[in-house]
Amino acid sequence: MGDELFRLTIHELHGLLTRKEIRAAEIVRSVFDRIDAVEDNVRAYITLTRDLALKQAQEAEEEILGGSAGPLTGIPLAIKDVLCTAGTATSCGSKILATFVPPYDATVITRIKAEHGVFVGKTNMDEFAMGSSTETSFFGPVLNPWDPARVPGGSSGGSAAAVAADECIASLGTDTGGSIRQPAAYCGVVGLKPTYGRVSRFGLIAYASSLDQIGPVTKDVEDAAILMNCISGYDGRDSTSVNRDVPDYTKALTGDVKGLTLGIPGEYFIDGLDHDVASAVRTAIRELERQGATVREISLPHTQYAVAAYYLIAPAEASSNLARYDGVTYGYRSSTADNLQHMYERSRSEGFGPEVKRRIMLGTYALSAGYYDAYYKKASQVRTLIRRDFEEAFKQCDLIVTPTVPAPAFKLGEMMNDPLSMYLLDIFTVPANLAGLPGISVPCGFDQNGLPIGLQILGNFFEEKKVLGCAYCFEQTTQWHARRPPLE
Amino acid sequence: MKITKKDVEHVATLARLQFDDEELDLFTHQLNDILGYFEKLQQVDTTNVEPSTHAVQLTNALREDIQKESLSAEKSLQNAPDSERSYFKVPKIIEV
Repeated sequence: MGDELFRLTIHELHGLLTRKEIRAAEIVRSVFDRIDAVEDNVRAYITLTRDLALKQAQEAEEEILGGSAGPLTGIPLAIKDVLCTAGTATSCGSKILATFVPPYDATVITRIKAEHGVFVGKTNMDEFAMGSSTETSFFGPVLNPWDPARVPGGSSGGSAAAVAADECIASLGTDTGGSIRQPAAYCGVVGLKPTYGRVSRFGLIAYASSLDQIGPVTKDVEDAAILMNCISGYDGRDSTSVNRDVPDYTKALTGDVKGLTLGIPGEYFIDGLDHDVASAVRTAIRELERQGATVREISLPHTQYAVAAYYLIAPAEASSNLARYDGVTYGYRSSTADNLQHMYERSRSEGFGPEVKRRIMLGTYALSAGYYDAYYKKASQVRTLIRRDFEEAFKQCDLIVTPTVPAPAFKLGEMMNDPLSMYLLDIFTVPANLAGLPGISVPCGFDQNGLPIGLQILGNFFEEKKVLGCAYCFEQTTQWHARRPPLE
Repeated sequence: MKITKKDVEHVATLARLQFDDEELDLFTHQLNDILGYFEKLQQVDTTNVEPSTHAVQLTNALREDIQKESLSAEKSLQNAPDSERSYFKVPKIIEV
C-alpha cells in the first residue's frame, strides 16, 4: 500500500505509524512521488523541501520507536508561504520577498516541529495574501485540481490545491477575508478560520493585522481538529494572542448535532447566489435537521455592507504594514536608484505587483487627510454594527450555516481586469473576519460542471468545538469530503 | 467623491510608489469604481456608533522589562540588500 499513502489523512497515517505498519520515510516518499506526478498540473508549491522532509521523517521515526509520537509526528504538511520558516525561503508570493530567508520560525512552525511534523514545502498564494484566486502571485497562478482552467481560490490557493491533489497530507493557510474558507470551498477540502486571538501570529507576514488568522486546510474535519490542537494557544510574542485554555478539539467530534440550533441568515440567500450552490446548501441544512439540529431563520442586517467595510479596513492596515518594504533591511532593492527617496520608490514599484499596489493606494487614500472620517472611520463604525448583528444572532442560535462562496470556482483570467467584481465574491466570508469569529468550510456537493461547493458554519467567539462538531456530523453522514479530483 | 488623476499621483507619492501615465489612468479608473462602491456605506446610520479597530476588546499586553534573547547582528543582516560591518548600507542621504 506504500504507493497510495499520500491519499490518507493525518489520523489514518498516525494509526499506521504507531502500529509500526509503515515508516515515516515511506509517507514522505509517497507524497513526493505524488508531487512529481501531478505538480505540473497544479503548481501548488513555490518551494519544495524534500531533503528537510526526509531528515525530519528520520527524526520522527526515532520518536515513534521511542514511544513518544504525537498526532502530527511523521505527517507531511505544506505551509503557506506567508509563514516564516527559519532557513527556508518565505516569499509571500511576492518579488519583493522572493529571496527572503527568515532567521526565525513562526510560532505555529515551532509548535509543529515540537510534535515532529514533517515539512513538504511552501505553498503558492496571492501576493501578500491579497486576492481570491492565487493569480496575483509573482510565481504564477495555481490551477484548480478539479479543472485546470479554473482558479483554486485564494489567497491560500496553493494550500487548498495541495491538499485536494494529495500533494501533502494537510496544510496551513491564513484567512484575512476568507482566504482559507474560500479556496477550501473551491477545491473541495476542509478549511477552518479560528477565532481572532486563538492562534499566535508571530512569524506571520502581516497583511491586515486586525483580521489575519492562521488555520488548517485538511482532507477531513478530524484532521482540522488535530491541527487546531497543535497550533492553538497563548503566545507572549503576539500581543493579540488570547490567554485562554485550549480544549481538546477532537473531543467535539461526536457525530451528534441534537440540541443545536442552526441560524440561517436570509441575507446569505440572495439573488446573485448560484442555483447549484443554493440547492446544495439547502440540502445540507435539511440533512443537519434530519440529524437532530433545530433550524431557524435569523437576520444579519448589515451583511450587504461587509465588503465595502472590509475593502477599506484591510487595505488601510495593509498600507501601513507594507510600509516596511523599503529596500533597506531585507527584501528587494532596486539597483537603479541614486538617492534614498528613489531607492524607496523604485524598490517598491518594481517589487510589488498590481493588486498589492492597488490596495496600498486604496488604503493610503482612505487614511489620508480629509478622507479619514468618510472612509476609514465610517468603515470601522459599520464593523461595530456587523459584530452586533452576530451578537444578536447568537442569542437565538448556536451556529450560523451559509454558503461559503456565492458560486463555484471561476475561470483563470476571468476577473483579473475587474478588481471590484472579485472583491464582491468575498461577501459571505468577510463578515466573520470583521467580527473575529471562527468559521469552517466543508464540502457539501458539486455543481453541474463537477466543481465542489462549500458549506460555511460560523460559531461564536472561541466556539471552534461546536463548529467542528457540527461539521463532523455533516461530513460523516454525507461523505462529500471523500471525493478526490481525477488528477493523473 | 470623484478621485482625479492628480489625487492618484499625490497618493502615490505618499505611498512611495511610482506609476507611468498609463498606470495612473488605469488606477484612477479602478479606484473610482471601487470608491464609488464604498459610497454604499453612507446609507448606514452610524450616529453614536463607536468604531471598532479590532474584532475583540484588546488590552495592552505588557511584560516585565527584562532583556530576552534576540536576533544577533549577523542574523539580522543576513537578508540585507547591502551592508557593511554591522550596518545596513543605503545610498547617500546628505550631500556634503
